[in-house]
Amino acid sequence: MEMLPGIYRWIHILAGIMWIGLLYYFNFVQVAALKAAQGDGTAAGITKHVAPRALFYFRWAALVTWLAGAALLGSNFVAAFTFQGGFQKIGVGAWLGTIMLLNVWGVIWPNQKKILGLVQATDEQKTKARRTAFLASRTNTALSIPMIFFMVAQTHIPM
Amino acid sequence: MTNPLDSLWGTVIVGLVLTVILYFVVRTMTGG
Repeated sequence: MEMLPGIYRWIHILAGIMWIGLLYYFNFVQVAALKAAQGDGTAAGITKHVAPRALFYFRWAALVTWLAGAALLGSNFVAAFTFQGGFQKIGVGAWLGTIMLLNVWGVIWPNQKKILGLVQATDEQKTKARRTAFLASRTNTALSIPMIFFMVAQTHIPM
Repeated sequence: MTNPLDSLWGTVIVGLVLTVILYFVVRTMTGG
């Protein structure tokens, strides 16, 4: 039983690397690659074969990261989310991670389903979905910077 | 007005600025 927090932390970090790694792949690589690929007619290779696989691991890794983080907080879960003494830093990190998770499952994925043709959508709806998913993804990229800072800060950065 | 999130580096700067703001918020909360 005393191994459990270490195991939760291990899973939290493994899944977190996959989640944020794929988030950075989308924002630092795929957006620019798609723009270039649309120019030479090779975009389908990305949208058909790469993006759906990346999105699958992205959204499930997000959920596993959050659940392992919640398990790691354990009885301190409420203290962290209510910024009680000694838990302010991890609380900010936990809130940012939670907002990002809700963004993934509540905004990015429903809009990506329209873009990828997994649900019916008109061209106009797809255009709107593309913009919404893009901004939500960029928001998560921005939020990931303070999120990781405060996760690290809990034990390594005195304030 | 352009949206900073439209640019990759604008996004990174937004993240860094937010980090600094939250740092001071948390420092105030912890009485530092």
